[in-house]
Amino acid sequence: MRITQGTFSFLPDLTAAQVKAQIQYALDQNWAVSVEYTDDPHPRNTYWEMWGLPMFDLRDAAGVYGEVEACRTAHPGKYVRVNAFDSNRGWETVRLSFIVQRPEKEDGFRLDRTEGPGRTQRYALQHRSYAAG
Amino acid sequence: MGADAAIGQIKDAKKRYAAGVLKYAQMGYWDGDYQPKDTDILALFRVTPQDGVDPVEAAAAVAGESSTATWTVVWTDRLTAADMYRAKAYKVEPVPGQPGQYFCWVAYELDLFEEGSIANLTASIIGNVFSFKPLKACRLEDMRLPVAYVKTFRGPPTGIVVERERLDKFGRPLLGATTKPKLGLSGKNYGRVVYEGLKGGLDFVKDDENINSQPFMHWRDRFLYCMEAVNKAQAETGEVKGHYLNITAGTMEEMYRRADFAKELGSVVVMVDLIVGWTAIQSISNWCRENDMLLHMHRAGHGTYTRQKGHGISFRVIAKWLRLAGVDHLHTGTAVGKLEGDPMTVQGYYNVCREDVTKTDYTRGIFFDQDWAGLRKVMPVASGGIHAGQMHQLIDLFGEDVVLQFGGGTIGHPDGIQAGAIANRVALETMILARNEGRDIKNEGPEILVEAAKWCQPLRAALDTWGEVTFNYASTDTSDFVPTASVA
Repeated sequence: MRITQGTFSFLPDLTAAQVKAQIQYALDQNWAVSVEYTDDPHPRNTYWEMWGLPMFDLRDAAGVYGEVEACRTAHPGKYVRVNAFDSNRGWETVRLSFIVQRPEKEDGFRLDRTEGPGRTQRYALQHRSYAAG
Repeated sequence: MGADAAIGQIKDAKKRYAAGVLKYAQMGYWDGDYQPKDTDILALFRVTPQDGVDPVEAAAAVAGESSTATWTVVWTDRLTAADMYRAKAYKVEPVPGQPGQYFCWVAYELDLFEEGSIANLTASIIGNVFSFKPLKACRLEDMRLPVAYVKTFRGPPTGIVVERERLDKFGRPLLGATTKPKLGLSGKNYGRVVYEGLKGGLDFVKDDENINSQPFMHWRDRFLYCMEAVNKAQAETGEVKGHYLNITAGTMEEMYRRADFAKELGSVVVMVDLIVGWTAIQSISNWCRENDMLLHMHRAGHGTYTRQKGHGISFRVIAKWLRLAGVDHLHTGTAVGKLEGDPMTVQGYYNVCREDVTKTDYTRGIFFDQDWAGLRKVMPVASGGIHAGQMHQLIDLFGEDVVLQFGGGTIGHPDGIQAGAIANRVALETMILARNEGRDIKNEGPEILVEAAKWCQPLRAALDTWGEVTFNYASTDTSDFVPTASVA
C-alpha cells in the first residue's frame, strides 16, 4: 500500500529538482520550511519528529534541500516530509506539506472493529508493524 | 436627484407629526448629506420604482419600510429617539446600462438589531420591503456589517485553518464527490459508492441535499454504512476521510438526534441544507462547535431568490450572513460547471468566504469594505457539472482553499469510481505542482493534463470521456460594471 498523505502522494515520487522547485515556491511566499520524520504515519500522529527548527532565516532553496538530504541520510526507511509554514495573521499554519521519503515497503494499517450498541461499530486504525509488536 | 430630494425631511416638528400621509423622504428616511458611521449597518439595494415614482422617494421608502416606518404618520414616534432609529437612504445612482433601475444605499443604526441573530437582521432588512407596491422590483445587492456587529457572532465552528489541521491536508484543494444516483440507493449500495470514491483518492463524499430518511434508505442505515466506508478507506490510505452526513430533518429535535449519532460513529463532518432556516443554522453551528464537527452547508433553494438580477438577494449577501451564522463549507459555484455563475461574480462570493478583509470591488459585485474582525474563514465548495479536464481553470479561478466536487465526474468514469477519483486527484496534484513550479496553468493547463495522462490511464480515460464538455451559457447574475466574461 501507499500512504497518500501530503500534497503530492498521487504523483510519482518527486525528483530532487521537483522538491527544490516546491521549496523555492514556499520561500517565494515567505513561508518557513521545516523537515519532519517518523516511523508512525498514523493519520492522528500529528507530531512527527522535528529535524531541527523550522528554517525561518534560511532563504536559499539549495540550503534547505541540504537539510532534507541530511534528514533522509540520518533516517533511512522512515517517512520524511517537508512542511512550509505561513506565520501571517489569519493563517499561522502549514500551507504546504509533502512526503519526500517513505519506506520501500509500507506496512499500512489494520482496521479493528469493536461491537457497539445496536449495529454500531467502534473503529480503530492500527499501524501493522506496531500492531504485530 | 428629483424634486422630492429638495423637500427632504420636514424640520418643523408640528408639521412633521401632523396626522396624515407624508412622503418617506419628508418623514426623514432620506438624507443626502448623511455620513455613515463606522458602527452603522449599510445595505445596497437595487430598486426598480413604479412608473412615476421618484428614485429618491423609492430609496426613502426602502429605508422606511426596512426600519421604523409605516404608511402614515404616527404620533407615537415622538415617544422614541425617532431620528436615530430611522434608517437613512443616503445615496441613489442609476444602475449602469439598466434603465429604470437604481442603486440605493441605506444606513441603519446598530441598535436596530439584536446581537448574534441573523433571524432578526433579516426580519428587518428583507422583512416587508420586497413586497412594497411602489417598487416593481427590489434586490439586496450587498451589505456592510460593522465590526461591532460581527463580533456578536461566533462564526464558523471550525474554519479553513483548523479544518486543514484536523484533516492533515495542506497546499491543495480538497476533493469531493456527491453520491449518485442521489435518490433510490439502499444503505449498503450507497456505502459502496462512498468507499470506492474515498479509497480512490477523494477526501470527502457527500450526501445530496434531498437525501434524508426516505423509504428506500433510512438515515441510520445510511450513517452506519457510510462510516464503515469512511473507516475502511482511512485504513487503506492512511488519510483522514469524511462523508458529509446530511442531518437535515423536519424538526430541530430530529436534527440533533441525527447529529448525535454522527458524532457517536466518529464522523468528522455533518451537513445541513440552507432551507432549514437561519435559526436552525445558528443552533446546529453551536452544536458543531461543542462537538468538534465540521458543518457543511448545501445552499439548496437559493436559486429561487439569488439568480435574477432585478429582484431578490444576491448570493454574496447570503454568503456574508452564513459566515456570521457559522458554517464551515459553503457551496459557492463553479463558474465553469452546469449551474449559474459568472466567473467574476462567483469570485466575489469566494472572497467573502475566505478573506480577512473583503475590499470594495465593483467588478466582482463587492460594494463595501468588509472587515471580518478575526471571524474564521469558510471553505467554499465548487460543485455541479465539473470534470478533471477543467482542473486548470478551477485552480486558476479559485486557488487552493476550496473543495472541488466532481460527482458525475467521478462516479461516471468509464473504468469505475476508484478510477474516477484517481483521475481527479492526479489532475489536481499535477496542476498544483505545475502552478508552484511557476507554469502558466491557465494557458498550459490542457498540455499539463495530457502529460500526466501519459502515465495515468484513469486520467486519460477521463479526458477522453469529458475533455470537450463545457456549459458555456450566458450568466444572468453579472456585474453591471464590466462586460460579461465567459470562461470557455
